[in-house]
Amino acid sequence: MKRILLADRLATATLWAVALFVVAVLVAIIAHFVLASLPTFSLAFLFSDPSDTEIGGVGPILWNSIYMLALTMLFSTPLGILGGIYMAEYAGEGRLTNVIRFSQELISSVPSIVVGLFGFALFVSATHWGFSALGGALTLMVFNLPLLLRLSEQAIRAVPADERAASLALGATKWQTIRHAVLPVAIPGIVTGIVLTAGRVFGEAAALLFTAGLATPTHYNFANLNLFDPQSPWSPLRPATTLSVFIWKSNSEGLGNYVQQVADMSAMVLVVMVLVFNLASRWLGRALQRRVSGL
Amino acid sequence: MTSSAKRLGALALAATAFVAACGGGTAATSPSAAGSSAAAGASTGAAASGVAGPSACVDGSITTSGSTALQPLVDAAGKAYTAACPKSTISVQGGGSGTGLTQVLQGAVQIGESDVTAESKLKPDEASQLVDHVIVRQGWVMVVNNDVTGVTSLTTQQATGIWTGTITNWKAVGGPDQAIVLILRPASSGTRATFKSVVLKGANEASGQALTEDSNGAVTTAVGTTPGSTSVIGFAYYQANKDKVTAVGLDGVQGSVATMLDGTYKLQAFGHMYSKGQPDGLTKSFLDYMMSDPIQKTLIPSLFYAPAQ
Amino acid sequence: MTSPAASLATTELGLRARLDLPRRITLLAAGVIVAIVLLLLVFITWNGVQLFVASGVPVAEIFSPTWQPDAGSGPTSFGLLPFIAGTLGVMAVAAVIATPLSVGLALFMAEVAPTWARRITQPAMEVFVGIPSVVYGWLGLTLLVPYLRTNLQGLGFTLGFSWFAGSLVLALMILPTITSISYDAFLVVPRDMRAASMALGTTRWQAIRHVVLPAAATGIATAVVMGMMRAAGEALAVQMVIGNRPVMPTGLTAPMTTLTSQITLDMGNTVAGEPWNQALWTMGLVLLVISFTFVVIVRRLAGRRIAA
Repeated sequence: MKRILLADRLATATLWAVALFVVAVLVAIIAHFVLASLPTFSLAFLFSDPSDTEIGGVGPILWNSIYMLALTMLFSTPLGILGGIYMAEYAGEGRLTNVIRFSQELISSVPSIVVGLFGFALFVSATHWGFSALGGALTLMVFNLPLLLRLSEQAIRAVPADERAASLALGATKWQTIRHAVLPVAIPGIVTGIVLTAGRVFGEAAALLFTAGLATPTHYNFANLNLFDPQSPWSPLRPATTLSVFIWKSNSEGLGNYVQQVADMSAMVLVVMVLVFNLASRWLGRALQRRVSGL
Repeated sequence: MTSSAKRLGALALAATAFVAACGGGTAATSPSAAGSSAAAGASTGAAASGVAGPSACVDGSITTSGSTALQPLVDAAGKAYTAACPKSTISVQGGGSGTGLTQVLQGAVQIGESDVTAESKLKPDEASQLVDHVIVRQGWVMVVNNDVTGVTSLTTQQATGIWTGTITNWKAVGGPDQAIVLILRPASSGTRATFKSVVLKGANEASGQALTEDSNGAVTTAVGTTPGSTSVIGFAYYQANKDKVTAVGLDGVQGSVATMLDGTYKLQAFGHMYSKGQPDGLTKSFLDYMMSDPIQKTLIPSLFYAPAQ
Repeated sequence: MTSPAASLATTELGLRARLDLPRRITLLAAGVIVAIVLLLLVFITWNGVQLFVASGVPVAEIFSPTWQPDAGSGPTSFGLLPFIAGTLGVMAVAAVIATPLSVGLALFMAEVAPTWARRITQPAMEVFVGIPSVVYGWLGLTLLVPYLRTNLQGLGFTLGFSWFAGSLVLALMILPTITSISYDAFLVVPRDMRAASMALGTTRWQAIRHVVLPAAATGIATAVVMGMMRAAGEALAVQMVIGNRPVMPTGLTAPMTTLTSQITLDMGNTVAGEPWNQALWTMGLVLLVISFTFVVIVRRLAGRRIAA
């Protein structure tokens, strides 16, 4: 009996040790980048242009990351939510539903480099756009859409049946019910999903190497609102190197004495952004929940 | 402040010392001009200052893509052109020589840069559609980890022995008793193709015993941190990392713009810009500008390339 | 599954006509995903078979261990075996490293952790998932590779760049995937099964070993397969630390190569239409086949879980 108790204690201790170890590794990774960046980091790093002769900054690159994220979300959010509504509210058990589900699983399994090749064949070569932010964003949508679709579906399914029944009982059509009774309740879950998937979009690099390009970053003039001018930061048809790709490029083609510091700081910015996305999604989800239930 | 201006500034400063140290030769850079452009670039950041614009502007918008080895040069030239001609746009992409040739052939870009000739990559009927513009000579230098002391130059035979895997210890070439770690660029890269034809005379590298790293920067880092390692990198990358790696001459000649120009340094090749058919409009104007004095005599030496002629 | 509301609505025949438009629009949105899959299959397959169709390379040749794509230096050979073996090898070792840690952590979260500890581990997993792969690669290159070379040279890590380095970086990346899926598997084990076991006087560990783990076994297997799927497709992080030596893997301490890293190395330098470039697309197709195989395995496992 003593042996059994000892085994229990030992197992519990091991599980605690494993958990502590994993959390410690994560803390160590974050601490490493923070400590490596602290001596050289300043807020100016976030806004100034890259340089080979001094630390410089990642201003245009960070902008590209945010711009690509916005563009990707612009395409995938409406599709994801509408598709989620179909899967949660209309889809039956039929073959069509199976095909859609199987497609979802297949596409989530495709390696990002293969998605990058696909984007290259379709959005760079076949369309003759060359490397572009638009092509990059559409490529990112390939990852993002199945994820968003699933998260929206889950959020909509989680809405209690009474909400629907009450609305239908009042004589509302199904669509009216979805719009006015189901969606408002599901919104917090959907928003949490959107923000969470944003993290993945922000960090993706392999798929963008062949689609959004590896241009030497230029100085952006934000007053240039001409969407067809490849020099304008607002133009979707210009190439756009994002922060993740920039870290990759720093390693492979970095020219200058500050490559390591700049890459360390960029990595920290990326990690911090992911942390922010995470906290934001929790906070937003909770805040929206409160508003919805307060109504 | 643009990155190219600053890169220009720093490199121009270094080039002044570099060219001067090598005895100048036929490199036509005026040290004072390069020096002042560096100061301007570093302090005010005026785009590609010190490099005069084209004699006549053509409006329009073109995109180029291709060789990452040529990207800094074309990028700087593009910025100098558009600084003088604000109504024109020149977007310069990397992607690799293969990408450049593919995209110019497809018409996705107007100019494709390549380290190697189109004939060596494309089918004859495809290559014949492209027009070659030789704009520059680029040089490469063999580098070793700083712990490999006593090896200042390798003969072609020694280098071949090391790269094909028959020489595996630095002792055999006058260095310390230490295993040689060979670091290669991808077999498809222009750097490796040039080295293979110029130095190895077509012999196959011992890639099964080597490391392969993606690009100049990754190779430089790997050589700088791996004891006993050696590889080949572009001139500009060596200049920017002189403290991290040690250069090794070829057949007694040290690589420099001067020795490249007088032909004694063999590890060099032409850089090409390809257009589909005869160029016109801004494409032609930009290609002409690449061959003009501001680029050939001022910009090119400051970035450690040598003029095409 | 049809929601109660849906069945309610479909009985209301009069409403049908008005329902049609929203239904069509949402179906169209959901159908985009099918279109993407089809397009992707067509593009990757079409480009992936050009090596055989347009360049006449026999299909059997890709199972050769010799990678000699450069026509300029003798006869070419497009053997993809080193890359396939490397991909599977680096993935397998990563799974071996990550599985005990992940399952242990998932058990901890599901069975042992007090609420405060779970409040730390759960978000920690989410952050782990979110850290971009290039960041892991950069970490591997600047910390792991030099560490292996300087401190573990005695074990054979003469270069640092190695199979093991790649697997360790990957293990870190797939750890959250395996953890969260096995955690879900533990959660669905009914509470009463545990309670019944403990009521019989067993310890918590006995309950875990004899009740929870067997009940969650298929779920854990699914988790490991999903982790392996992610590992097989990872590109940049691995390329930065494995040394990219295009031969059959020789040992954990030696450099090796994978499908993904070879694609990133050669894609930009080769031109469309040459066999070398076509071989890279074939590698992409092989990757696609590998990941679809995993999807089928996951489906089988899910089928078993429902049957059980």
